[in-house]
Amino acid sequence: MVTLTINGKTVTAPEGSTILQAANASGIAIPYLCYLKDVNEIGACRVCVVEIEGVDRLAAACNTPAENGMVVHTNSPRARKARRTNVQLMLSQHDCNCPTCARNGNCSLQSLAMELNVLDVPFKNNIPENRWDNTAPLIRSESKCIKCMRCIQICDKIQSLNIWDVSGTGSRASVNVSRNRAIREADCSYCGQCITHCPVGALQARNDIGKVFDALDDPDIITVVQVAPAVRTAWAESFGISREAATPKRMAAALRRIGFNYVFDTNFSADLTIMEEGSEFVERFTHREDYSWPMYTSCCPGWVRFLKSQYPELTDNLSTAKSPQQMFGAVTKSYFAEKLGVDPHKIFCVSVMPCTAKKSECEIPTMNDACGDPDVDVVITTREFGRMLRVLNIIPQLLPEEDFDSPLGSGTGAAVIFGATGGVMDAALRSAYYLVTGTNPDPDAFYKVRGMDGWKEAEFEVPGAGTVRVAVASGLGNARRLIEAVKRGEAQYDFVEIMACPGGCAGGGGQPIVDGAELADVRGNVLWRLDSESAVRYSHENTDVQTLYKEYLGAPLGEKSHHLLHTDHHGWQMPNK
Amino acid sequence: MSRLEIMTRGKSQQVMEELYNDFGRRLVASPPGICPVDMALSFITLCHSQSCGKCVPCRVGLGTLKDLLESVLDGRATLATIDLIRSTAVAIADSADCAIGYDAARMIVSCVDGFRDDFEEHIEKGLCLGTCELPVPCVFQCPAHVDIPGYIALVKEGRCADAVRLIRKDNPFPVTCGYICEHPCEMHCRRQMIDDAINIRGLKRYAVDNAGVVPVPQNAEPTGKRIAILGGGPCGLSAAYYLALMGHDVTVYERRKKLGGMLRYGIPSYRFPREMLDRDIDAILSTGVKVQYETDIGTDIKLEEIIAGYDSVFISIGAHIDVKANLPGEDLNGVISAVELLRNIGDGAEYDLTGKTVAVIGGGNVAMDVCRTSMRLGAKKVYCVYRRRRVDMTALPIEIEGAVAEGVELITLKAPSRIEGDAEGNACRLWMKPQLPGALDDAGRPRPVNANMPEESIDADLVIMAVGQKIESTIYENAGIPTNRGAIVAMNSGQIFKNDKIFAGGDCATGPATVIRAIAVGKVAAANIDEYLGYHHVIDVDVEIPNARISILSPRGRVNTVDREAGERKGDFECVECGMTTEGATLESSRCLRCDHYGFGVFRGGRIDKW
Repeated sequence: MVTLTINGKTVTAPEGSTILQAANASGIAIPYLCYLKDVNEIGACRVCVVEIEGVDRLAAACNTPAENGMVVHTNSPRARKARRTNVQLMLSQHDCNCPTCARNGNCSLQSLAMELNVLDVPFKNNIPENRWDNTAPLIRSESKCIKCMRCIQICDKIQSLNIWDVSGTGSRASVNVSRNRAIREADCSYCGQCITHCPVGALQARNDIGKVFDALDDPDIITVVQVAPAVRTAWAESFGISREAATPKRMAAALRRIGFNYVFDTNFSADLTIMEEGSEFVERFTHREDYSWPMYTSCCPGWVRFLKSQYPELTDNLSTAKSPQQMFGAVTKSYFAEKLGVDPHKIFCVSVMPCTAKKSECEIPTMNDACGDPDVDVVITTREFGRMLRVLNIIPQLLPEEDFDSPLGSGTGAAVIFGATGGVMDAALRSAYYLVTGTNPDPDAFYKVRGMDGWKEAEFEVPGAGTVRVAVASGLGNARRLIEAVKRGEAQYDFVEIMACPGGCAGGGGQPIVDGAELADVRGNVLWRLDSESAVRYSHENTDVQTLYKEYLGAPLGEKSHHLLHTDHHGWQMPNK
Repeated sequence: MSRLEIMTRGKSQQVMEELYNDFGRRLVASPPGICPVDMALSFITLCHSQSCGKCVPCRVGLGTLKDLLESVLDGRATLATIDLIRSTAVAIADSADCAIGYDAARMIVSCVDGFRDDFEEHIEKGLCLGTCELPVPCVFQCPAHVDIPGYIALVKEGRCADAVRLIRKDNPFPVTCGYICEHPCEMHCRRQMIDDAINIRGLKRYAVDNAGVVPVPQNAEPTGKRIAILGGGPCGLSAAYYLALMGHDVTVYERRKKLGGMLRYGIPSYRFPREMLDRDIDAILSTGVKVQYETDIGTDIKLEEIIAGYDSVFISIGAHIDVKANLPGEDLNGVISAVELLRNIGDGAEYDLTGKTVAVIGGGNVAMDVCRTSMRLGAKKVYCVYRRRRVDMTALPIEIEGAVAEGVELITLKAPSRIEGDAEGNACRLWMKPQLPGALDDAGRPRPVNANMPEESIDADLVIMAVGQKIESTIYENAGIPTNRGAIVAMNSGQIFKNDKIFAGGDCATGPATVIRAIAVGKVAAANIDEYLGYHHVIDVDVEIPNARISILSPRGRVNTVDREAGERKGDFECVECGMTTEGATLESSRCLRCDHYGFGVFRGGRIDKW
């Protein structure tokens, strides 16, 4: 332990702590902007500067180790002036047209300027121009970037994709796609982790709200909305309503108020995914020699993009099952259109996703199996969903609880956990066990795949089939480590679930942003709670899914399923491949 | 009223001159990787403010160049702008009245010609090719990329053995480099922005002097792969060391009685005591590297036999043949090459030059080595004869100073023309033609030209030629290995042919260069040989680097090492330089700005943990 004095208070902190950590632990706040715990501790913004007695310059609290006997003043006149000047300097190069920014009201620079009482900027504005392909799912605004470098670090250290890099030097130093590529040329997974860790509005998912309103406003179009499991954990976060009150049924009411003709649930197609993917796993497992191992899940489009760009040789290891989002679209524009007796081309299929990569997934040219149109027309993020509610003055607190529509609005406990790391594996094992043995396992039998570890392993005995070795990873850096271990022969698995975002979709790149907080865990726990409270906890027991097979699809892996619910991952290319 | 006045410097002039000084040091310490177009803009801005404003090309033209460069950087330019910049700069260079204008414009022409691709990237993509991949200046400058801030921090804490272990991650010759590295690391040291470069080599020497015997790391599992290293100099032994650590079975073929190459057979022991060299060599051999001493490739064993018998071969034979100056009289008795003299001394030969007058021809480090060696062998008088000026000598200034202090007479701007012999055929007199400095050559040194003055001569019983070394590559050439003017041609990876087992590097591929460059090449070769053999062994070290702490930032003096008193040291072969004291080393190490932590280094590239 080290003992130091901060603002006259004696503070002890573990050896190796920074001044910032020591201060925070003792209830002394030091403002900062670029700092991101364990990921970006580079002292770039110089907002956290503090004065240390006996040291002739100010020191960045975020990366200066606390030392015994240090006497630190976080609010000395020098520190305050320098901090304020640095914020003013950043503002002079920041597009401060806040009312038109998606992060208005949720921007660390904005709130910092407010906290520091910065009411004027004595410097000339010099706002750089935006040069970006605004059709990409990921939008970067140079005019808002404060060069905190968090995006670079998240992508390097957590996602291991190195999509971002510092570009240029001197006054023109900025952030851009690495190796001077355009975003569409890069092997970006579109996971969106850079967006959710951007302290300002420099990184955004493409705003697709307009397309949704256009469809809603067109009387000739039938709008169908699906909402992903993880959205229900976070959809009302920015409205100040508790997680307990922000129920899935209240969310269904909100979607109905927006004006969608049919309010459905991706949980339905998550159960359907389990039927297909679980059956596929059983098929592969019982014909081991016909396949390469392990089998990887395919429901996360960020992960699929990662695998196809980083390990294209493993493409055949991906389950051929489409993601729940795409299965939903395919079923909507075939089965459901038939049921309604309408032309599927008149259906506009909207997804609300915790994800930015889903925007790219629905644009994959081969995802048009139902009627030739894209199976899913537009994807909005949880954040865009929240913005639509504000546009329409829909206040979640005031909404009643309402059911989803039928038949694509039902889901089991096994479906809802798709939004948390380990959930797909857990759900798949529940049904695979049933498929092999004819009896249900304890729904909590596979609890070892749950939890926030970035890389989890477990083995389960399935009577009649043997030992199934499974692994679950979330975060693409962990995915890379796992794959490398498999390649080196240090790990052997039969079935592996991978989610691009740490903690799974609950921590997805399309989820609401709370700077400095990692919420995947608490949000994921909402899903595990919903599962435990569900009357039905096995995908194969979803009666609407059973009806779908009976009336339309036949059996899992059958002819029709193959056409609608599976995909050829070789059917499209990553850039420069 | 006075007719004339003595000029005094005003306060502002005084301050400006200090700032010019500061700025000069700042320029020297420019970080690697910055945008050259941006720098060109800054240069021209500075040059423009130096203009008196009398003449059009300078007053207006430099400002125009500034605008044009700005348009390139702002992405407002087209490719035609590049040509406009160049043609405008040429016109200014041709027509400005004084150097303020024409030399500024010349710099811009150099910029356009030197990095046109950077201009193009800015124009076409609005992006820059500049990157700060290796942002720590000392680490960037060190060919072997040794973790310099790391070991300085360890020295500061008195952890000398850990410093040696850390250095060995990238350089298995810490002792050697502590004594005689040319320390390119100090060249762009950021501390120069404040006062002066850190004495990096001095701190390394302190570390090795105080580390005791530091064991080498454990070798990786044996791979069963056999590698032959031809030549046991710093390059070959560096490769041998890392390859052995990687678990390969390494045999070094050494022509001489002992290992070390030019470290033993080129560098006199007063600069680098032999027992210190043996420390590095002993450590390297402790990894299990095998040595075939006194084995000459081509005579004792056929090259083809080695190539056939090993999984990979690394040629690092150095450059050990002397270059002839082709002077009349060069074949007289009493004319000897520096290479031969130093080599014989390295093998223990004893010379007595008592009463002799020695003329050493050359201006490099080897010339200084033989001058100072001759003094120590008892010579009555030692001349160092050089055809250019003292500032043009390639020897390190400290070596020249050392030689002068020991009584060596420098005779500069005199080109040796012939050696006169006596009746017995012994050299007795050296004739020289006076020279004047002429136009600059490609390296920026003025070429000497004959002055219109008569020949001069000095007494010389012994003439030592120190005008360069060549590579003995004939047998390699005969075996089909490509050479260029005697140097073996290898790729940057060290490999000679694509996907082939033969690698080469060091002086035999580059011509005579520095020891740290040879070490770096050995390291690169080891990595690529390992890769060629199908492995990806990682070299790292488990030394924890002390956290950066706020350094002393106010300007202060650099702690230099001192030499033994000249009159005393010139009589023996004991080490000339005295190492730093603990007090001095602590003070000097606390000057380090820790660029691995402060600045860009904390974000990216500040530390390379492994390779």
